[in-house]
Amino acid sequence: MRLLNVKPTRGQALVLAAIPFALTCFAYLLFSQLRLAENPNDKLLPSLGSMIQAINDLAFHADARTGQYIFWADTAASLQRLGVALAISTIAALIVGVVMGLLPIAGTLLGPFVAVLSMAPPLALLPILFIVMGLGEASKIALIVIGSFPFLVRDLALRVSELPREQFLKAQTLGASTWQIALRVALPQMLPRLADALRLTLGPAWLFLIAAEAIASDSGLGYRIFLVRRYLAMDVILPYVAWITLLAFLSDAALRWVQRRAFPWFVAARAS
Amino acid sequence: MSFIKVENVWKEYADQIVLENISFEIAHRAFLMLVGPSGCGKTTFLRMLLGEDAPTRGKILMDGAPLVAEPDADRGVVFQRYSVFPHLTALQNVMLGAEFAQAPFLGRLFGARRRAVAKKARALLEDVGLSGAQDKYPAALSGGMQQRLALAQALMRQPKVLLLDEPFGALDPGIRADIQALMQRLWNETDLTIVMVTHDLPEAFRLGTRILAFERSRNRPEERERYGATIARDIEIWPPRVAGATRPFTRPGRDDPAKPGAEPGRPATQAS
Repeated sequence: MRLLNVKPTRGQALVLAAIPFALTCFAYLLFSQLRLAENPNDKLLPSLGSMIQAINDLAFHADARTGQYIFWADTAASLQRLGVALAISTIAALIVGVVMGLLPIAGTLLGPFVAVLSMAPPLALLPILFIVMGLGEASKIALIVIGSFPFLVRDLALRVSELPREQFLKAQTLGASTWQIALRVALPQMLPRLADALRLTLGPAWLFLIAAEAIASDSGLGYRIFLVRRYLAMDVILPYVAWITLLAFLSDAALRWVQRRAFPWFVAARAS
Repeated sequence: MSFIKVENVWKEYADQIVLENISFEIAHRAFLMLVGPSGCGKTTFLRMLLGEDAPTRGKILMDGAPLVAEPDADRGVVFQRYSVFPHLTALQNVMLGAEFAQAPFLGRLFGARRRAVAKKARALLEDVGLSGAQDKYPAALSGGMQQRLALAQALMRQPKVLLLDEPFGALDPGIRADIQALMQRLWNETDLTIVMVTHDLPEAFRLGTRILAFERSRNRPEERERYGATIARDIEIWPPRVAGATRPFTRPGRDDPAKPGAEPGRPATQAS
């Protein structure tokens, strides 16, 4: 049988998918063990125990100076920035994208501008944001918005214009105005596609969040790992990175779940 | 008597002449069939009737007034595909036209007005044979059921003229025969003038009151650009079919499944 025809069964699929994870863990533990055997004070590859200890201190013991549970305070600060920023760019992109995709005038007016704008590297704009908006929350949220908004707008405008022409003609023969078509034809069909676009935006959004927190902040997951980097505290950095990865993965899964549950028609319509 | 009047209509795209000096009149409650080879401009003509496209020269009058230059509720339409909205259930699809008419701002009805519209929509769904499918999304309906739904949706707005662009072209023969019978019944019962584009000549002769054949009279390569299609044949069906008085057609068509013992050109099978 040709290799491309070999399909794993359910059980095999589970095992196959688990292999890379297991190998990574195994390799880490192995090399960590080797280094620690040579030098018990080695900081580069801390043992599982020391990582648990470090996170235990941060998550379940209040910080002596501020009285905060640092791990959860960092998580809350980061998620709040990310959530507010993505909410802003999602709502703005939904409005602008549908208008651009639906109205040829708006598409011509804004299309080239958004295309150029989306090429400006957001991180290069970060100093400008810090200068103009200060070092507070606003500039970090603005960075994520700038990083995600142009992509979302272009994607949505494209998706609207990809809707079959027949749908818009049909809606007009049913007596719909431009506003009604936007509200009842274009917008509801964009919501599940927005979930797709958002999933693709999550990666860059986290990138910009960590970058902004690393440069100027006093809390947040990105701030923490860049702070403890000074002490080579790999026992904090590694679990934090794993935690950030898990949060990103969970939000991706949540978006997919919402898409399936809230838009049952979408999966079937996409397949046909 | 004439309901739609086409006067010296030309259609050109850049240098390409598609339709050349078309003039004819459509009687009220006619069931007009447009036939012709691919690329002869019959769909282009239908698009001009719909208002999606305008004649380059000449004019089209409906009830004595020039056609509005964009699609409106006077002209219903069913395309071969994409005629229904994938994000709405069958019932919502049919209700949409009434909601557009009665709720200019929200495009959505609530309470008693919604119930009244839903009742009417359910009656229409039942009329086209979809009573059990009202809560299904179009993706869960077969091709024939989707076209029935598209018909019901178009009829909700009670258009003066119904434009059909090869609506049954993608359907299996048996299903096509059913929906043709439905189409003829709807034409008999509803105050409708129908213009239908089809590739299927038996269908044209079985349903229509009149058949217009579009054809390019000059087809040599160097002539193709400068000469458009004209009306090659204008056939009134004899004996005339009159809406509301037609005998229901029962004779099976060429593509229909053969009935045992009734095969043309063969003796009836004998019992052994």
